[in-house]
Amino acid sequence: MCATSEHIKNVIIKDGKAVINAEGLHYQQLNMLLRKLSVRGVKTIEIYNVYGQRYIGTGLKGTLDIKVHGIPGNDLGAFMNGQRIFVYGNAQDGCGNTMDDGLIVVYGSVGDIAGYAMRGGKIFVRDDAGFRVGVHMKEYGDKKPVIVIGGKTGDFLGEYMAGGMILVLNLKGEEHVMKFIGVGMHGGVIYIRGEARHIGKEAKIADINEDDLHLIEKLLKEFSEQFNPNMDLGKIMESKFTKIVPLSHRPYGKLYG
Amino acid sequence: MKSHLLPEYIVERDYTKCTKCKVCIEQCTYGVHYYNAVKDTIESKSELCVNCLRCVVFCPKGAITIKRNYNIYRENYYWGQEIITSIKRQSEAGSAILTGMGCDKPYPIYFDRLLLNACQVTNPPIDPIREPIETRVYLGRKPHKIDLEINGGDISLKTALAPNLCVETPILFAAMSYGAVNLNVHEALARAAVECSTYFNCGEGGLHPNLYKYGDHIIVQVASGRFGVNPKYLNAGAAMEIKIGQGAKPGIGGHLPGEKVSEDIAMVRMIPAGTDVLSPAPHHDIYSIEDLRQLIFALKEATNYMKPIAVKIAAVHNSAAIASGIVRAGADIIVIDGFRGSTGAAPKVIRDNVGIPIELALASVDQRLREEGIRDEVSIIASGGIRSSADVVKAIALGADAVYIGTAALVAMGCTLCQRCYTGKCPWGIATVNPEIAKRLDPNDAYKRVVNLIKAWNIEIKEMLGAMGMDSIESLRGNREQLRGVGLTERELQILGVKMAGE
Repeated sequence: MCATSEHIKNVIIKDGKAVINAEGLHYQQLNMLLRKLSVRGVKTIEIYNVYGQRYIGTGLKGTLDIKVHGIPGNDLGAFMNGQRIFVYGNAQDGCGNTMDDGLIVVYGSVGDIAGYAMRGGKIFVRDDAGFRVGVHMKEYGDKKPVIVIGGKTGDFLGEYMAGGMILVLNLKGEEHVMKFIGVGMHGGVIYIRGEARHIGKEAKIADINEDDLHLIEKLLKEFSEQFNPNMDLGKIMESKFTKIVPLSHRPYGKLYG
Repeated sequence: MKSHLLPEYIVERDYTKCTKCKVCIEQCTYGVHYYNAVKDTIESKSELCVNCLRCVVFCPKGAITIKRNYNIYRENYYWGQEIITSIKRQSEAGSAILTGMGCDKPYPIYFDRLLLNACQVTNPPIDPIREPIETRVYLGRKPHKIDLEINGGDISLKTALAPNLCVETPILFAAMSYGAVNLNVHEALARAAVECSTYFNCGEGGLHPNLYKYGDHIIVQVASGRFGVNPKYLNAGAAMEIKIGQGAKPGIGGHLPGEKVSEDIAMVRMIPAGTDVLSPAPHHDIYSIEDLRQLIFALKEATNYMKPIAVKIAAVHNSAAIASGIVRAGADIIVIDGFRGSTGAAPKVIRDNVGIPIELALASVDQRLREEGIRDEVSIIASGGIRSSADVVKAIALGADAVYIGTAALVAMGCTLCQRCYTGKCPWGIATVNPEIAKRLDPNDAYKRVVNLIKAWNIEIKEMLGAMGMDSIESLRGNREQLRGVGLTERELQILGVKMAGE
């Protein structure tokens, strides 16, 4: 299902910026268009009328900003390697799946497994996230992925987490009800604004230090720059933050003999 | 707690031959042999011996003999030695028993109950020395029909073909991760794949930068933990394989213990050194055939639809129905891994009790896909316990397009099936990442041995094809008329889709 010349009529290019009308386009056609445009050196692509097309941002090269108006489908930015995606709406499951590098900013909520096996780049979500945020997230050397969720998340936050950082801001101030935080965790760090009531057996709560607060504040600033420059950062920083780290880097060391 | 375990093997040394050269001490990674300075002699701790025979092979005087210890606990038909030993081990350690390699239990071996046909009188055999016999196979999705454009004398293909892998021998090298085996093993297999015009599957632990140059002959694997998976890796290989399951441990994930995660392995897997590497049984984005389709197409999108996607499953009870779903999910190749398939580490109870024989799974998958009219949409690779060229030919006659070999390639390199891969001390330098031990495996030597094995098997495959009067391996695929069963029940024959010998 290739993007043929007839799909080019869905695109307007002006001053190095492209606008795509995605209405009626299959994801293969839309993504083929994105690849063609990125090869042609377009640096900004605005996509309108996005109705569930999957894998937006996958398989692209070079620097590119993609602005998604509507609702992108599953696996938004899967395997993405350095591009930036801004979603003016909600994203679905698998947002940033196995993402290598880049930025995803969602002006809304995301579904389950956001940042699955993510190993670089950042994901900012203005509102809430589903289950298993950051499952299998990993880091190596200087490459540390970051996920910031403005609202709340579902259960199994940071499951099998092996590196990177997750910050849950809970800006609506509701009670956290998520369970099994950091289950199977063996690397990385999770910060939650407020209390964490149900921690997985491979994770523990650690004391928060100056460095942690500095890091949280830095990410909070980035979050506010994306979503709301008028946020009262000082007031948010006054709240209690809970830090969750793995009990061990070897959670299954004694299971087998 | 005093251990009640008895040594499995007894090390005997012929002191009339031993020159105290200490080669055995250097070669044993389990610390069996040691020098007793007081007595000026070399002695052995038999209880540590795993019968890998490294010392026996390398002793310049042939002074060492390893024998089974006949001092065993009183056993009977029901309470065998292994059962008693396992209970004693677990009562002392309190942990699940880990093992390596494939299931070694005396379940039926269907390959050994299938016999091949040959031409006599009414149809002529082909002499492979004189006449060409084709062993080339294309792996991947095939079109139901092709449209041609004919312009005068010019004929061109109108149908767009799906990407396929081309192998000159129907034997590929099965997934073994960097970490489970070391870089020398990976290099030997990658070079052998290039030399034999086939493919080496790098397993789920990523691909070392030194091996990217062999990418045209490498299948890169994607498992639940997504170790070492990034766009560069996906595009480096000729194809991608989604690992759902493994024959040695269906339903069980991978687990590389932290002590095996060296700096280099950490770099390739993209995780900090020294941490446990957990690749759980489920992919957390796959709970259905539809979800599998989503990952297949995520990988296709990431590589611009240029490469075929394989999906590997363990042979289990409902493999046929699952395989049907895998084809419909868009996979180009299905890999079915039988219960004899090997592993670097698995709980023994799983290895020895879970999964089904590849012969039965393969026959039922091939049959099911034919019945549904979708067999041509996918290629099948049979894996798990292929021991000889005869197994290859029988697997193809049962419905496979090609096979994976893992254990056989390792045995060619030096493996002696001691089943201690999980210790990371492999005295033959294979299942170890300890640089001091790994250097025992010279990739140049190992590569030659594997190439020789494939060449030898390919000659034998041609001999068997020629005897059956076939000049192409593709004529044999799913051609069960060329097989006959011996010592099998009516039901077994029915599932295998073969007649009884004599029929």
